Amino acid sequence: MPALGADMEAGILTSWLVQPGASVSRGDVIATVETHKGIIDVEIFHDAVIERLLVETGTRVPVGQPIALLRDPPGARPAAALPSASSTPMPAQEAAAEPPEKSPAGRPRISPAARRRAAELGIDPSTLAGSQPDGTIRLADIGQAAHRASPAADPRAQMRGVIAAAMARSKREIPHYYLATTIPMDAALDWLATRNAAVTIEQRIVPTLLFVRATALALGSFPDFSGAYTDGRHAPAPEVHVGVAIALRGGGLVAPALRHTATRSLDELAPAFLDLVNRVRSGRVRSSEVEGAMITVTSLGAQGVETVFPVIYPPQVAIVGFGAVHAQPWADGGMIGSRRVVHASLAADHRVSDGHRGALFLQKISRLLQEPDQL
Amino acid sequence: MTVHSKDSDLRTRCLRVLHAVAPDAEEVSLDPALPLRQQIDFDSMDQLNVALGLHREFGIDIPEQDYPKLASLDGMLDYLGQRGC
Repeated sequence: MPALGADMEAGILTSWLVQPGASVSRGDVIATVETHKGIIDVEIFHDAVIERLLVETGTRVPVGQPIALLRDPPGARPAAALPSASSTPMPAQEAAAEPPEKSPAGRPRISPAARRRAAELGIDPSTLAGSQPDGTIRLADIGQAAHRASPAADPRAQMRGVIAAAMARSKREIPHYYLATTIPMDAALDWLATRNAAVTIEQRIVPTLLFVRATALALGSFPDFSGAYTDGRHAPAPEVHVGVAIALRGGGLVAPALRHTATRSLDELAPAFLDLVNRVRSGRVRSSEVEGAMITVTSLGAQGVETVFPVIYPPQVAIVGFGAVHAQPWADGGMIGSRRVVHASLAADHRVSDGHRGALFLQKISRLLQEPDQL
Repeated sequence: MTVHSKDSDLRTRCLRVLHAVAPDAEEVSLDPALPLRQQIDFDSMDQLNVALGLHREFGIDIPEQDYPKLASLDGMLDYLGQRGC
């Protein structure tokens, strides 16, 4: 069972989309799993043949427990791997080689990831029995204990709890600094209107996607604003997948990744973005989208918000907020005119970057939005 | 088909499109004269989805500059009427 997000402890396997004997390729959806984030399509991370399914549909499975046995595809080099590992290292994930901490007599042996998770959840490890043959408590045991402590919570309350845990951790651990700027948007909006008039409705681009795109491209020269900060160390993201904060009807929020935000063209991203938003709002998202975001963009302009003061989603190291595009008086060359503008704000992790770098990053985003041909 | 039933048919189809995009758009609670944005959770992606839904339902292309005419339910019905739906 992959960790579909740093905060997931277990998921209910709702359906198998493959049968034993099936050949699967990297990226194929092999199963669906229900979590507090909705139904998630679980993708496989390498080519293989399904040897055996280990879990019946309807079963609640802790993160880390194998759900299927894979065989290497014919002709491949042998590789012993199960689909239970997620592609992106997340803080709560347990490396197979991670040695359990040495324990003085009388205290349970516990893996470091399990100890961290137990502390986060307020669970006393000494009250637990480990599932390992030697009694070591692993991450999955903590997940089960947490589930026993709060059985069958309703999904909305569960989501609220997850947001609460992530945001409390963010405000507790991440020394945020904030910067804001006003970006002239006339050039981008005119460019967008011309472009959108010439394409089908599915291909139309909303300003939010321009914000996401500009952020992704700006990261190219500012790796200190993407990736994860875990265990006292920043690991920049090898490829840019920008997370987009999407409000759910009736409350709640998810920030799935729009994959390959920098390397795909805007024409490719437009229908992908529409599809992502619609799937998320109908409760259906892919595993690579849930766990893949390297930075988040939040756009709160729809309800007239002018400026956003965003909170970083851990373990990420930055988040960029955009308010409503609106007209305001603008001085240029000694003249006052009216310009459409947007307030952009950056919250970044001071353990990783400084205000000067943040200012340059924000300036880069601003410049890209003023030269939309570069997007 | 009488004029009245054609109108109510248009209204029903319009509400169906709206409801598919925004399930909180209930006819009983919706003031047809007021902008949707003031009454329900409605953002730019919802706007795009409504344009797409109306395009699929009525087979007309809706240019982006016409979006303001779709701001309220009444506006939407007027617009579709003018477009010959």
